[in-house]
Amino acid sequence: MSNSALVPHNEPSVYVYEAPLRLWHWINALGITVLAITGYFIGSPPPALSGEASEHFLMGYIRFAHFAAGYIVGIGFAFRLYWAIVGNEHAREIFFHNILRASYWKELWHELRWYLFLEKEPKQYDGHNPLAIFIMHWFFVWGITFMIFTGFALYGEGTGPGSWAHSLFSSWLIPLFGQSQDVHTWHHLGMWLIVVFVMIHVYVAVREDIMSKQSIISSMISGWRNFRSSGND
Amino acid sequence: MVETFYEVMRRQGISRRSFLKYCSLTAAALGLGPEFAGKIAHAMETKPRIPVLWLHGLECTCCSESFIRSAHPLAKDVILSMVSLDYDDLIMAAAGTQAEAIIDETIEKYDGNFILAVEGNPPLNQDGMSCIIAGKPFVEQLRHVAEHCKAIISWGSCASYGCVQAARPNPTRATPVHKVIHDKPIIKVPGCPPIAEVMTAVVTYILTFERFPELDRQGRPKMFYSQRIHDKCYRRPHFDAGQFVESFDDEGARKGYCLYKVGCKGPTTYNACSTIRWNEGTSFPIQAGHGCIGCSEDGFWDKGSWYARLTDIHQFGVESNADKVGGTAAAVVGTAIAAHAAISAVKRAQRKGE
Repeated sequence: MSNSALVPHNEPSVYVYEAPLRLWHWINALGITVLAITGYFIGSPPPALSGEASEHFLMGYIRFAHFAAGYIVGIGFAFRLYWAIVGNEHAREIFFHNILRASYWKELWHELRWYLFLEKEPKQYDGHNPLAIFIMHWFFVWGITFMIFTGFALYGEGTGPGSWAHSLFSSWLIPLFGQSQDVHTWHHLGMWLIVVFVMIHVYVAVREDIMSKQSIISSMISGWRNFRSSGND
Repeated sequence: MVETFYEVMRRQGISRRSFLKYCSLTAAALGLGPEFAGKIAHAMETKPRIPVLWLHGLECTCCSESFIRSAHPLAKDVILSMVSLDYDDLIMAAAGTQAEAIIDETIEKYDGNFILAVEGNPPLNQDGMSCIIAGKPFVEQLRHVAEHCKAIISWGSCASYGCVQAARPNPTRATPVHKVIHDKPIIKVPGCPPIAEVMTAVVTYILTFERFPELDRQGRPKMFYSQRIHDKCYRRPHFDAGQFVESFDDEGARKGYCLYKVGCKGPTTYNACSTIRWNEGTSFPIQAGHGCIGCSEDGFWDKGSWYARLTDIHQFGVESNADKVGGTAAAVVGTAIAAHAAISAVKRAQRKGE
């Protein structure tokens, strides 16, 4: 443990994730899970049920769950945007960060090298590391924005002209993409983008929790970030 | 004095009773209240017929074929005479120089006051040589007539979007009407072909009220194109129940289950087939057991298979779609994560051992 002497020990914990933000995180996680599963089944429905139509309402329930979760994620994201403004400094990291700062790119490079096993020690951050900010901003923030817009545009097709979803989203977004089928196609692609993001997000959270110098998963529950001198202790 | 619609109808041997029936049915088809039947009748009785020039560009004539089959009891006799169809090279008696002279005559007599109906579209490559009408490129005829018309009806997917002749790679550069004519109001009536009753109803509306019906952002009449086939499909209960045809010869197909899984494009196609239906309301594709192919949607020839509800993504191979591309990406990332985790574990064990 030759390196551990170089980094400070027993740093005080930092309160990073405020309660509303933690609540949003887990509700959002649940919402996205429901959306991805029900969304997949809307695109590729489960095997056909037999009998009369009056006996079943399977697709109806699947679609209801998708729309309900869509509302929750959509409204939740609007709240999250609001919290980025009124919350603490860590709440806006994934939305606004100075990409013109040279140190941001330098540290991002360092973090990339750490993930490629080229750096022995990771740097320590109170909030998100630059690579996390990069991925969350471009994959999650823009990914979920895209999904909310295309999602409500498709929803508005069902609720029809005159409905708020149609006026706000479908009326301009569907002609923008060309036609309804193209919006469906992009909405599918968007889901896979979110799925890939979630896979990386969960893996990295677990890995960082074990190998880096700061707590990750427990922080999103308690809000406090704890530090240790090295991932190897 | 130009004849009124009503006078023409009576001359054609249509009884007043049939005329009123026609007015009320048209009012119903247009989604208007019962009081509008009287208004339509009044308009028909008092208004002179508005001349219509019906031009044909690159097309297959399916729009005309559909139009003359309007199920309306009076379609054959009335619609064609109601519209003072001064020029339609497909069905007019005149031919050659005589026929072409009618265009100039109409322009002279009704400058700025006639309707231009366009079936098909002009090709722009090779100076428009791929479609010659009366010895001149069609695009010249279109521009000339459009300059003097009051408004344009784009019949069918050809005039509205381009359709098959504009499908990739579109060698003749067939171009929809609204991309050639920019200074006239244009109503799009897409479909390959459009439903006969939709066509006649659009004409009736324009003639009766002397304006377009309410249009959506893409220029289609809202009354016929604001809902998807899926929204009013009689098989919709089977969709909501989760009962699908899995292949065209299975038990579900015999029972008339939803065609979603065999690629019906009803959920992404805006048209009135599931309410108005075809051939005197006899049937429509889904009722006949085949999915909708989305013929009234922009670029329907270029969206991959007619039996797929996702557009092909050619950058990833000939038959790729969003789910295949996305699923592959997820699998690759999953494998990468597993490998990364394994290396991380090994590295960590090594360092622990140091």
